[in-house]
Amino acid sequence: MSEVTVSRPPVRGGVGESVQRPDGIPKVTGRFEFLGDMHAEGMLWGATRRAWVPHARIERIDTTPALALPGVHAVLTQDDVPGHRYQGQALTDQPVLAEERVRYWGEAVAVVAADDPETARRAAEAVVVELEELEPLTDLELARDRGEVFRHIPVRRGDPDAHGEVVVEGTYVTATQDPAALGTEAGLAIPDGQGGVDLWGPTQWTHVDLTQLAACLALDPGQVRVQPCRIGGAFGSREDLSLQTHIAMLALRLDRPVKMVYDRTESFVGHVKRHAGLMHYRHEADRDGHLVRVDAQILLDGGPYQLTSQAVIANSTFFAVGPYRCDNVFVDGYALRTNNPPSGAMRGFGANQPCFAAEAQMDRLADELGLDPIELRLRNAITQGDRLATTGQLIEHPLPTDEVIRSVTAIPLPEPEDDDEPLHLPGGTGLTTPRDRVVRGIGYAVGLKNLEFSEGFDDFAEARVELTADGAVVHTAAIEVGQGMVTVIAQVVRSVLGMSRVEVAFDHTGQIGSAGSTSASRQTQMAGNAALEAATVVRDKALEAGGGDHLDDAGVWRGDTLVTSLAALTADGPIDHHVRYRHRPTDEPDADGQGELHVDFCVAAHRAVVDVDPDLGLVRVVEIAIGQDVGRAINPQQVHGQIEGGIAQGMGHAVMEEVVLDHGVIRNASFTDYLLPTTLDAPTVEAALVEQPSPWGPFGAKGMAELPTMSATPAVVAAIRAATSLPLTRAPVHPEDIVTGPHDAPE
Amino acid sequence: MQIERPRDLDELLAGLDSHPEATLLAGGTDLMVDVNLSHHRPETVVALRRVDDLATWDDGFIGAGVTYARMEAGPHPALAQLARTVGSPQIRATGTIGGNLGTASPAGDTLPFLAAVDAEVVVASRGDRRRLRWEDFLLGPKHTALRPGEVIVGVQLPERLPQRQAFAKIGVRQAMVIATVNCCVVRDEDGKTRIALGAVGPTVVRTPAAEELVSSQQQVSATMLDEFQRLVSDDVTPITDHRATERYRRHAAGVLARRTLERCLPR
Repeated sequence: MSEVTVSRPPVRGGVGESVQRPDGIPKVTGRFEFLGDMHAEGMLWGATRRAWVPHARIERIDTTPALALPGVHAVLTQDDVPGHRYQGQALTDQPVLAEERVRYWGEAVAVVAADDPETARRAAEAVVVELEELEPLTDLELARDRGEVFRHIPVRRGDPDAHGEVVVEGTYVTATQDPAALGTEAGLAIPDGQGGVDLWGPTQWTHVDLTQLAACLALDPGQVRVQPCRIGGAFGSREDLSLQTHIAMLALRLDRPVKMVYDRTESFVGHVKRHAGLMHYRHEADRDGHLVRVDAQILLDGGPYQLTSQAVIANSTFFAVGPYRCDNVFVDGYALRTNNPPSGAMRGFGANQPCFAAEAQMDRLADELGLDPIELRLRNAITQGDRLATTGQLIEHPLPTDEVIRSVTAIPLPEPEDDDEPLHLPGGTGLTTPRDRVVRGIGYAVGLKNLEFSEGFDDFAEARVELTADGAVVHTAAIEVGQGMVTVIAQVVRSVLGMSRVEVAFDHTGQIGSAGSTSASRQTQMAGNAALEAATVVRDKALEAGGGDHLDDAGVWRGDTLVTSLAALTADGPIDHHVRYRHRPTDEPDADGQGELHVDFCVAAHRAVVDVDPDLGLVRVVEIAIGQDVGRAINPQQVHGQIEGGIAQGMGHAVMEEVVLDHGVIRNASFTDYLLPTTLDAPTVEAALVEQPSPWGPFGAKGMAELPTMSATPAVVAAIRAATSLPLTRAPVHPEDIVTGPHDAPE
Repeated sequence: MQIERPRDLDELLAGLDSHPEATLLAGGTDLMVDVNLSHHRPETVVALRRVDDLATWDDGFIGAGVTYARMEAGPHPALAQLARTVGSPQIRATGTIGGNLGTASPAGDTLPFLAAVDAEVVVASRGDRRRLRWEDFLLGPKHTALRPGEVIVGVQLPERLPQRQAFAKIGVRQAMVIATVNCCVVRDEDGKTRIALGAVGPTVVRTPAAEELVSSQQQVSATMLDEFQRLVSDDVTPITDHRATERYRRHAAGVLARRTLERCLPR
């Protein structure tokens, strides 16, 4: 059969083709219905009363002035939560609405429902909240010393007495980064009239929302249908609940649909952010540049509730050394409880912070040794057959660290510029910088991260493939957040079936089991493999039933003869198959942080070229080149899209993106002041895809979308260091850091 | 909320006479941000866009309703340069010079130009018209001399403007960013130089000592530029906020002023 398959032309829209996204044109032409565009007959509008202090004791809440306003239907507080009063993915420690205390700036205290958004907003403001302010805990070392620890992970590997001749030490800081998805949090809850509710909310994993929602609403899980949603970006920030419980409570209380949409400022306090990090590192190497020992202490700011911090700190700890071999490694990772805004998942999931620190350490080490920084990295590059420096896990699958480094260095450097076009100069349209004041710098960084869930988590994804006379439909609860899975899954199934008529149907929680989270770079492999296995069975059933050797859009063929049409084949009903796919199990870490904790890994290398105006501290990122491990590119254009977007996000964190915190208060909760790179700031991107097929990913594919962000940040900062000869140990780098000394945020 | 939409200046002034506390809506690029953030809930709004009289640009008179997009294509190099730095194309198509004056942000981008050329602000109410020097109009952060019942009609530039003029602005992005420091320099053929800077004090400021130093000189030496830079840095009174530190702004003001002056000197 396989020979017949190979001799036929490949199916249209299959694996390896840059298939256009079905939601692409509707999105760019404004016809796509995002969450915030949804409407239900008779719906009310919700709004949230927040407390704008970082830490306080709640003395009194009085909802009567709000309820007295015409058009207001309900005002609910924590006392109105019907079931379990706390939510959270792992530890349920976050009150649905603030209870007794306010623990971060902007925490929700009450929610209201009213006839229109403005009345709802006025009602929210009318809720009386009397607070006694308390001192916020915002310092990481203080939080550690006071034992405010969500999780401490020790890594003790190798010989504690081992030492290298050459030693470099440093302390590094990464600020809080906001995921800044363009679509703010929005949702709609519609009661079903029988005590249950249908819920559309910003999510990356409907089934984990379901567990929390059913508990808080005191409903049977079957009574809550968490619907797949059409959200405008996520980057990790929609792994945790935001407004879902609130609108469901209101809708059930009033027996009317309730919609809520956060404005931009609310969004800044309504979703989780990338943990700020404080890291102390000590690297020791021999004279040839081989790493002998790494010591690190990593502190992450989790904010007041655990959310995913226990898993984020695991990534920080276990990827503390980066993609390098080292036999003696001693790391302490701490996720800490503070009164800063809640932190959670964000693209890279804890591997980014140590990557910034460890890559700076590698450059320092190269400098100390008088070695080229690329050469130093190549001498230590980890690959298949090596052991992960922290956990000691054997790398069983291809891991092309060497190849991604060599491929990025093989990309020609951009030509020096000599024109006076303002957009080609630091400062851009501001006309700040004459060409002769510009200094160019080049920097490198390499990133390593796990794929899928780790540490013994029962990680699975369900999919069901259904074949009818109209073609095949892949059912999944996996969430499309804009990343492109909708295209990838269809491509996989097309290639399996040999059919081009394949669509993806996104099911709600009542229709299919969990697909796991759209995060951890996992859906291409997890939902992809579930769909692949289901499609394979459907194909085999169809061939058997139809009596042929291959399938296409017309039906079942034997050689050159169509023997059974699709209509005839499915006359008695669809042919379908349901799969729950699991990757191989992983271990929990032992007391020394050792074990086979991860299922697989991915690696990328960045080279950044920057132009700096040293007198004003302005930076233009000219170009970022990347060598990216992809296993196999199922949709090359989407891979490049992830690379370009990820690089913009990583370089943003290198030169501008920072949630400015002043004793727990966000000073820049708007797009006026939380600066994201625009298209004029985004660098030219040159990408080399390294394709070493994964032995278990669908058609050899790997998840890859987090890596482009991770090492972009340290590469850009390394390039600024090269241009300025400054140590620059904090990301992002502000003009102050280059010109007048360290950033001194407002006191 | 009541919205008035007058079609000419008389109608506008009559409307303001009966609603002297009305909120004036020009391009809306500042006002609507405040409204959306619930900082401001106007009872009565007077929308200015249909008042054609405000959109005139007649040689030295620039109507309050002239947009950044028009300034960008206009005859004054520094004004065109500053207009290009404001917001996105959509913002520039709607935001106006009158709105920039009315908001009176310390970082307003038209203000260094208006201060450097010693422009006057023309305001009117029913039966009265006043011309105020820029420094008599801009009184403090978001605070102007505009009285209830008055509207900004436009700005009057001096008859002869130096052709040597330049604007520069520091921001962390290549475009679409609020100024950390902005600066305008104009220089006459005889050397008389005026410089104004924004975002380094409660209002846009001039730095007279630095102006004086270079105004009497046809040739400006490198030593003199060093001194000029130092005088500017000494004269400004910036603050530390979430956008930049006081120390950086002071330093950057000097560097930016020097470079902007250099663009006005013969090569």
